[in-house]
This record gives sequence, C-alpha cells and structure tokens, in this order.
Amino acid sequence: MSEILLQIDGNEVKAKEGMTVLEAAQSAGISIPTLCHHEKLEPFGGCRLCIVEVEVRGWTNLVVSCVYPVAKNLVVRTRSEKVDRIRKMILELLLAHAPDAFELQVLAKEYGADKNRFEKEASFCIHCGLCVRYCAEVKKQNAVGFVDRGIRKEISFIPEIASRECWNCKECFPLCPTSYLQAAYVLTEALVFPSSAKT
Amino acid sequence: MSRINSPSELEEFRKGILLKRDPNKPCITLCSGSACHASGSGEVAASLEAEIEKQGLRDKVDIRRTGCHGFCERGPIIVIHPDEICYFQIKPEDVPDIISQTIMEKKVIERLLYTDPVTKEKIIHESEIPFYKNQKRLVFGSNGSIDPKSIDDYLAIGGYSALAKAFSEMSAEAVLGEVKKSNLRGRGGGGFPAGRKWEGSRNAPEPIKYVIVNADEGDPGAYMDRALLEGNPHAILEGLTLGAYAIGAHEGYIYVRQEYPLAVENVHIAIRQAEAYGFLGKNILGSGFDFKVIVHQGAGAFVCGESTALMTALEGRAGEPRPKYVRSNIVGLWGRPSVLNNVETWANVPLIINKGADWFTQFGTEGSKGTKIFSLVGKITNTGLVEVPMGTHLRDIIFKIGGGIPGGRKFKAVQTGGPSGGCIPEELLDLEVGFDELTKAGSMMGSGGMIVLDEDTCMVDVSRYFIEFLTDESCGKCTPCREGLRQMLKILTNITEGKGREGDIELLEALSETAIEASLCALGKSAPNPFLSTLRYFRNEYEAHIREKRCPALSCKELIAYHIDPAKCQACMICFKKCPAEAIVGGKNKIHVVDQEKCTKCGTCFEACPPRFSAVQKISGEPVPSPIPEEERMITRKGKEK
Amino acid sequence: MDNDRIDQIIEKHHGEASSLIQVLLEIQSENNWLPKEALERIGERLCVPLTRIQHIATFYKAFSLVPKGRHGIHICMGTACHVRGAKRVLDTVQDMTGIKPGETDLDMKFSLETVNCLGCCALGPVMEIDGKTYGKVVPGETANVLKNYE
Repeated sequence: MSEILLQIDGNEVKAKEGMTVLEAAQSAGISIPTLCHHEKLEPFGGCRLCIVEVEVRGWTNLVVSCVYPVAKNLVVRTRSEKVDRIRKMILELLLAHAPDAFELQVLAKEYGADKNRFEKEASFCIHCGLCVRYCAEVKKQNAVGFVDRGIRKEISFIPEIASRECWNCKECFPLCPTSYLQAAYVLTEALVFPSSAKT
Repeated sequence: MSRINSPSELEEFRKGILLKRDPNKPCITLCSGSACHASGSGEVAASLEAEIEKQGLRDKVDIRRTGCHGFCERGPIIVIHPDEICYFQIKPEDVPDIISQTIMEKKVIERLLYTDPVTKEKIIHESEIPFYKNQKRLVFGSNGSIDPKSIDDYLAIGGYSALAKAFSEMSAEAVLGEVKKSNLRGRGGGGFPAGRKWEGSRNAPEPIKYVIVNADEGDPGAYMDRALLEGNPHAILEGLTLGAYAIGAHEGYIYVRQEYPLAVENVHIAIRQAEAYGFLGKNILGSGFDFKVIVHQGAGAFVCGESTALMTALEGRAGEPRPKYVRSNIVGLWGRPSVLNNVETWANVPLIINKGADWFTQFGTEGSKGTKIFSLVGKITNTGLVEVPMGTHLRDIIFKIGGGIPGGRKFKAVQTGGPSGGCIPEELLDLEVGFDELTKAGSMMGSGGMIVLDEDTCMVDVSRYFIEFLTDESCGKCTPCREGLRQMLKILTNITEGKGREGDIELLEALSETAIEASLCALGKSAPNPFLSTLRYFRNEYEAHIREKRCPALSCKELIAYHIDPAKCQACMICFKKCPAEAIVGGKNKIHVVDQEKCTKCGTCFEACPPRFSAVQKISGEPVPSPIPEEERMITRKGKEK
Repeated sequence: MDNDRIDQIIEKHHGEASSLIQVLLEIQSENNWLPKEALERIGERLCVPLTRIQHIATFYKAFSLVPKGRHGIHICMGTACHVRGAKRVLDTVQDMTGIKPGETDLDMKFSLETVNCLGCCALGPVMEIDGKTYGKVVPGETANVLKNYE
C-alpha cells in the first residue's frame, strides 16, 4: 500500500492508503476526542465528536475523522474555534442524558461544556453503539441490538441469547461510557429472561 | 403478446397498433389517479361502462382510464377526444347526460365545464384552460393519453422509440454523452448533474453496476413522482434501461414507497408487459444487452429517500445513511457503482435521447435546463401538479396557474423543498424557479413540493411542524440530528405555547449550526433550513411569540382566545348549538359569551358565525375583555314591538 | 401464521437476506402484525441475527409487533393537510376513539396512525380507513364516518 503524506496541526504525518484521518493522527500521537470509536470495531461515525477541519482543493470543510480517508496533501486542523464550539454542543447534548458519566465529564471540562444547558432526558444511553457492535463484530453473538429510530431508538437484549451467553462474557460492560448497558442488562434479566435460565 | 426482437420489428408493431386505432373515434379519458380515485372516479368508470353498454355504443366509443391529469382540485376529470372537451368534478349521475348529449348529439354540457373565475366565461377545450395553458407539459403531458396498465397505449404515443434509437444508432458512450450534453440535473432535490454521475459509474473499474429509481417520495405535500409512476410507468422503465445501457449495468431496482399501492401495482404490471415484449430481459431488441428490473417496497421511513439509506434498505437492513466521503456512484449498493436517480429524472431521459440534447437545452435557464413538475398545494385555488420550464417566475406559478389564494386571503409565503427547504416571502415572488436561484434566497427547489401559505399560517408553527416531522423520521444514529432536533423541537413547541424565553432564538441558531456542520446525512444537515428561513423573513413572528406571547397569525392554540363581540352578536344560537365543548353561554335574544375555562379552541364557533355578523374574533397577546354584565345581554329586536 | 406459509413467502423471495424487508411486508400485510415466532422463523431460514430483524421491524413504520385493530385509521399529517387543519381532525378522532396514534382500542376495533403524506394533497385534510380515502374531512363530520365501521 502506498504512503500518503498529509499535514495535521502543522505536523507532517506519514499514513498508508486506506487509513482514516483519525488513525493517521493517532499513529502520530495527535489526540482527537472520540466516544464511539474502538480499535477492534468498524468505524461508526455516530457521536461526531472526532470532527475536524480539512482543507482540500482550496475548500475548508468539517469532516468526521474516524471515517474520512486520508488523501495526499490533506491539511487537517484538529482544533479551531468552530470545531471546539461544535464539540462543546455535542457534549452538552449528551450530558443531558448522562451528566455524571466520567468520560463525558473529562471532555466537558476540556471544552467548557455546561451539563445544565439542556433539560435532563430520561435515558442514560448516549448511542455510541459500542455494546451492540462489539457483540456483533467481535463476539458474533448478537445478544444486544438497536430497536426503533430517532429519539425512540434504544438498545435491547434478546432474552434467549442473553440468558444463555452473557453470564459468561460481559465483555461489553466496561465499554459503556455511562453504565446504562449494565442497568439495561439487569432489568432485562429480572423481567424477561426465560424462567429456566433464572437460578 | 409476442416478443419484439429488433427496432424495425418494433416500428412494424407500432404501425400495426396505430392502424387499428381510429383517431376520429370518440374516446372518453377518465382520470383514475389516486386522488381522483378517492373522489369517486371508480364509480364514474363503472357508470360509464354501464351506460355505454346500455346504449349499445360498445364499438363506437372507447373509454380509457388514465393516470393523473394534474388538475387535482377539480377531479374526477373527463376529457373527450378528439374534440378535447374537458369536464370537471364528474359524478356517476352526470354520465347519462355525457353519453347522450356530448357523445351522441355533440352538445357541450355547460354545467360541467371550467368557468374562468374572473371573466366567468366557460372554457370547453383542455388546452385553453389557464391552468393547463400556462404549463409546458413535456414529461407529464402523456399521462392524459394513456392507460398506465396498457403497454400498447405507450407504444401508440411513441413509447420505446428512444430505446430503439439508442440500440440501432448509438453506442453506450453516445447515450451517456447526450445526457451529459443536456445538462439534466437530478430532480429529486440534490440537483446533481446526471451525466456526471453516470460517467463516474461508467468509468469505475468494478464491472458489476446498478441503476436505481428513487421512488420513495417522502416530502410531505409532494406527489409528482407518484403521479408519474402511476400514470406512465413505462417512461421510467425506458429511461432506466437507457441509463443501464449507458453505464453498463445489467440490474436495476425501483424502490417505491409502500404508501403508494397503485404505483406499486402499475409498475409491476408494466415490468411484466415489458418483459413479455422483450424490452426487459435478455438481448433487448436484438442488441445483445441484458437488463432486468426488481421492485422493492419501502416500509415507512422518510430517511430511506436519502440515497445511501435507500441502498442500505435495498440490502435488507434498517435504513441508516452512510458517510458520503466516497460517492455512491463509485461505492454504492453492495459496495458497487450505483447510479441512483429520481423518478422524474429518469422520465426525462427518453425525451432527451429521442429529441436530442439541443432540443432539451432550449428550455430552462443557463444553470437549470428543461422543465420541472411541481406539486402546488396548500392555500391555493388550483391545487394540483404543474409542469413549467425552469426559469418561470414563482409569481406566475402561484397566481397565473394556481389561481391565487382562495377565500380572499392574502399570500404570505410559499414553502419549497419540503423539510429541507425554506419559505419564500412575497417580496421575492419574482424569483425564477431553478436549482440555484431558490437556494440563494435561503430555500431550495427540492423535489418540487410548493406549499402556499396565507396570512392565517403561523410561520413559527411551520418551522415547528417540520422539525417535528424530522425528529420523527431521523434514523437516530448521529448526535447532532437525534439530540439536536429533539432540543429544537422542545424549544419551538414552547415558543408556540407561550413558554418562549429570551435566548431561545440564539440557542436554536447554535443547534442549527451543529446540525448543519456535523450531521451524518442530508436529513440532519438540511433540517434547520425551515427554521432559518422563517427566522430570516419572519423574525417579527418569533419575537412576538416570545416577548408578547402573541401569535400574529392568530393560529397557535395556546396563544389565542375566542371572543364574541357583544356589539356584533345577534344571538342567533348557531355557535351555541355547534360548540362541541358546550362552552358558550347564551340563549335566544341573549348575547352569547364564550366560557374561556371550557373553550377547547377548536374554532368551530369562528367558522359557524354567519359572515354578515362576523361576531367571533380571535384575540392574541392581550387579555380577553371581561363579559358584559348579564343584565346587558338581552337584545331587543327592532321592528317587532307590538 | 403457520411456519409453512412463512416458508412459502421466504421461498418466493429466493431466500435472500436482502429481501428481508419485502418478506416482512408480505407477512405484515397478510397477518396484520408480526408475531415473535414469525421473526424467529425468518431469522433461522435467512440466517440473519434476530437483532437485525428486530431493528427492521421497529425502525419502519409499516410494521407492528402487536396485533392491530380490525380497521386501520390513517390521518395524513403532510404539510398541505397540516396547513388545511389536519391537527384538528386528528384531535377529534383521538377524542372519538379514545386512542392516540400508534395505539389500538380495547375492542380491537380501530388502530390509529398518522401518515406523512398520502399524496392526495388536493383533497386535504385526508383520512384513510381500510384503504378508502376520505377527502376534505371536517372535524364535525368524523363521527358520521367512524360510526359506519363495526
């Protein structure tokens, strides 16, 4: 695979063809905040926190670095007034769901995000999809998935599979930034696991 | 039906069809599109069949049930050929007169004709009626001449001649070249040059390619694609086959909304007929080119109209869009080059191939060639589908063709481009329709929905409506759209309920920026447009709602009160009896008073009060006057004293 | 719905996973809802995880995971109908049936849904019951329309 030279925050970075801007930045030790990214999983592009400014052919655009492919002579800026403003807003929108989540709090401090900008929402889930994707792509069990769409979208365990597989796995639990996953699991176990599985 | 194996065989066959048709034989065309069907055209058709049978006219008169004619406000519509006599709002009871007077005695029935609202003159011929006269129906016009379930009808008007021409005279590159030269831009909303999209796919190294018809017309208020697919499905099939030939695709998909059952039915019939005649399948017209078409139905998701979401749905998944950093004409369905175009775009292709790009480019403007079909709906006199050349002034569409605002109300704005678009106010009505002109004004042409709004429409409510729609239709994958629209909806709803606060507008603007810059797909990126455009031209309405708790259009339920003016009330008891909440206090000769505690703001009294009294008013932004004391409510009638 | 019928429908679509939505649409249309057993059967035969089927069955509005009423009322909330007063029609129908959009009444008589444009904009406000379209609906007359349905 051929080598591609690009510029990130003024630094020259060598990347391989097919890499994403995020991968290139991480390989060069330049940090870009993420929530839905995981090195074992396919890029999701859902949280939009890794948004960066790129300059290509004279045009400046905002793109999501975890899915944007590197290109020759690409100029990338991982921080700018606009990028920071949008990251702050994304955090504030998510803090409305999970104001006390550790990862969100750390990022909130960095970007000056106010956890009270929006009224609190009932669900802690921030839709990073890490649990669903890990179970599908790494464990290949598909014990938990998404249901519905938009603001009604939620994660949902398949009771028959979860009751059989999860007690011995739970590898997705530490991935959840807000611990909503654990709560959903416990509720599912209590309410709808097939009775033969309950001890 | 036997297979047609070459372009020359097609011409022979077509001649044969035309020989059997006498152009002077009376033919009654009855619009049987979905809207006319809902207005009873099915019953009219049955009545026609029965009456013709009864009068023994089976061999002397043809009945042709066509697709949508476009003048939907006046359906069911009948046009009698060859004299082109046009009758509107036909009921089954009218049929005996139509047969005996117009067909048998060649007499025109005045009461069924179109009446010009200004000159009051009756117009007999379809092409002279202002609604039709001011249009240029290059694509849509055929609807009135064919029964969509009959492939022979399509052949009789020259159908599949573009395909024959392409296979006998043109290489695939030549077909592509002609479409490029025509500057045809996508009619679904994006306005991307079709030829360029096709070229990208043609040049992509992957050998397996696809062509796709986007018939998931989701913009509320837009139904052009529905009328085209129901009324002339073969035109789309022919265009799609030409596109497949041009890029080298052998498989095509038509993705139709399941909310359009008649379109689904007619397109299935058309495909079966095209396969039987050999216009689809192997070795089409002896060209050596194979092509097959598969129909997929949508299942009720607006987001599936977005091209990458549509392809995801075709793959049998939930329609979540994908990032478009690599365009789908290179990496699309199953990761292969896929040309996705709108129904109307495909329907233009046979015309361009038949008559040439030079012919096509004579219509329209520099940047927007050809015509566009719009659905003119809302507060407009002549609701329906209109086709005009690009460059036509908005004012002409709304007033010349649309007949202006009914009920003597005043024009306020026209909403174009659906949930991705914006509102154009009166001062900009001289704008020309086209891809770029409307975008500069803060809206966009979109798929062609044109919703006319009058002085009774609250612009804050319009933007709330669209945000509510998009919140419901968002796929929910990305934060800026899912969460951003959720918050925008809350704020806008609060504003319409009198709970708006200083700073709301600025917060809405900040949320808009995030959605525009950071959303995954065009749904989120364009969601703030209705808000931003109504803010730009109608900021005063937002400020009135927030600062004065007043709705200038007197529309937002929470901000208005119904009040009966004691000086005008004649105690006629009409509103008293009709009020569903029994909220009116009064009696015979006793001035009526609305009990504000019980009133549900349904508006029935407002509509029921006779115009000569006009005693019911809507009040907003100020306290309701206290009811006059009971003793003063008795009316003494003049001239009835004994 | 028995497994044989489900298998037939799957066969008709060549047992391809990409036809998942088409298969579900047919079952929804015939059975009026999608029972869990049907979803499991489809998952087995098409070799597709249940999470994907569940996502599809809840993502798309055409599907219902619970039995629906005998008569489906669809009220168009498209922009043209909205501007002509569709909300008032919806409010009246809600009052009359006692249910909100997405719900079915206790007698399993009516199911109420809103639709985002049926494409009959000239007839707005539009209401559709069991495939029959009612145009230019006036809130005061909805009672007369509804009482025709058993």
